[in-house]
Amino acid sequence: MSDTQSALVELTDVSKFYGNIRALEGVSLEVHAGEITCVLGDNGAGKSTLIKIIAGLHQHDAGTFEIEGEETRLGSPREALDRGIATVYQDLAVVPLMPVWRNFFLGSEPTKGVGPFKRLDAARMRETTRAELLRMGIDLRDVDQPIGTLSGGERQCVAIARAVYFGAKVLVLDEPTAALGVKQSGVVLKYVAAARDAGLGVVLITHNPHHAYLVGDRFVLLKRGAMAGSHAKSEIALDELTRQMAGGSELEQLSHELERAPGPDVIGGKPVASGEDG
Amino acid sequence: MSAPATAPVQDAPDERLAHRSHLRRLLGRPELGAVVGAVAVFVFFSTVADSFLQASSLSTVLYASSTIGIMAVPVALLMIGGEFDLSAGVMVTSAALVSSMFSYQMTANVWVGAGVSLLTMLAVGFFNGFVLTRTKLPSFIITLATFLMLTGLNLGFTKLISGTVSTKTIGDMEGFDSARAVFASHLTIGGVDLQVTILWWLGLVALATWVLLRTRVGNWIFAVGGNSEAARAVGVPVKGTKIGLYMAVAFCAWVSGQHLLMSYDVVQSGEGVGNELLYIIAAVIGGCLMTGGYGSAIGSAVGAFIFGMTSKGIVYAQWDPDWFKFFLGAMLLLATLLNAWVRKRAEATK
Repeated sequence: MSDTQSALVELTDVSKFYGNIRALEGVSLEVHAGEITCVLGDNGAGKSTLIKIIAGLHQHDAGTFEIEGEETRLGSPREALDRGIATVYQDLAVVPLMPVWRNFFLGSEPTKGVGPFKRLDAARMRETTRAELLRMGIDLRDVDQPIGTLSGGERQCVAIARAVYFGAKVLVLDEPTAALGVKQSGVVLKYVAAARDAGLGVVLITHNPHHAYLVGDRFVLLKRGAMAGSHAKSEIALDELTRQMAGGSELEQLSHELERAPGPDVIGGKPVASGEDG
Repeated sequence: MSAPATAPVQDAPDERLAHRSHLRRLLGRPELGAVVGAVAVFVFFSTVADSFLQASSLSTVLYASSTIGIMAVPVALLMIGGEFDLSAGVMVTSAALVSSMFSYQMTANVWVGAGVSLLTMLAVGFFNGFVLTRTKLPSFIITLATFLMLTGLNLGFTKLISGTVSTKTIGDMEGFDSARAVFASHLTIGGVDLQVTILWWLGLVALATWVLLRTRVGNWIFAVGGNSEAARAVGVPVKGTKIGLYMAVAFCAWVSGQHLLMSYDVVQSGEGVGNELLYIIAAVIGGCLMTGGYGSAIGSAVGAFIFGMTSKGIVYAQWDPDWFKFFLGAMLLLATLLNAWVRKRAEATK
């Protein structure tokens, strides 16, 4: 937080190939402490490939990946975590049948005792989970309930609270609002903002420009594996962002086609009643 | 799904917590279905068979339970970790054969043979886990292959070395008496004659329960079975955990194998086939979810106890033992249905 000059994470011209398939090419992005960088793109734009590179699940084939100014190639999610990058996946974030407190500490469980008597500090784990969630504004009835019984929004919030608690410097969120209703999305975005205010750098992956514009400081647009634009919030208005995100000129063309096209006569083997598409 | 009430709540959380009563908490335990079933089976045979309640009968029942139970413990852990081991049954025989033949052929101390057997079994367990995590093939296929290979090796090697289908007796060899004391002795507690395997069984259940509920490894076992991708993403060593679980099965197979050997001093090479299903049945009756991520070691013990009561209860009731398999199948079906029903209720009405 002391030095906001150098980015926490900086990708320059990063590319990734699966065999002869170009999943990502020439993508640049920077994440600063206390800022939210939004990555926007349609399905298949390369968002998940990008996230996997930052999270340490995949390695990039070209370009540079710097963490706090130091060039890096992450070998595993564990390594990414150790470097302060925590990733919250939309559906992979938690183990549904396990209690909330076990999920909260999964992979970084505190222990007490020595040698063969080393055991989980269960009381502290329960207490910390309750306190940390409360600090984020989530008031759980019972940290012993399976996390699968929480709503989608609550699960995302637990995962975010977990990342914040374990001292993440960079929080990567994969489509946190994709499966959520309007109200739940609002709740999650509030925690995203709370994480930012706590001084974390946030990467928010989404295909919803409205959600992105609410919290984002800079926007990176991906299209078919390549960069389609990179803007600071001051440089771009929501309308323009939405237009670019939705495909820009392609969308205009589509709307023309929809207005004029006579529509197919037959759909699924059944004749279409004429005059319905006005 | 619960109500999405999280936002500006200022009321005491305890008030809502009280809605989940102790009864509800109890219903959420994986063992519950099995305990209800065990009580039912116990009451049933107590009424049907007069001799069932005698101390000596109960000791026999406990012994039968323990021989299955020792293996049901690691099999349950493995199932919680999301995998199967179909080679567990013949691995017990392999453990006994390696131990017996090494000692006899090398005229070594029985304990040396037991040590070689332990290392061999751990290697087999490691092989299962390593191939599984490397190839990402279903454990059903991998361990089915190991099952077939071990079955063949057991028969082939025994015939090659001793010329018959059973091993030579090692009863007169050095170290046999102390080995028998550890693996196959009797204890008299309160006038009741108890097999030492019962102690092994209870010890393993206690150890497994402690590991599952109170150690990091236990947390990892639940996680790799419940959602291995999520576990990997937060830094859980998924491969190591699975390999470790297969080696735990191998260790318990070694214990069972030594019991098999020390109680008779010879081993039949064709034994053990089909027992792997009994271990899985005990684990499932005990509340382990076939898909992983849920279950308990105590449940597997209760499952094994149901198995012991049924197999011996039919004898005490002087029925034809042919009925046993039918009974076991019915128990499995009932227990699974009951478990599913209990879990659904416990989770829905929270």
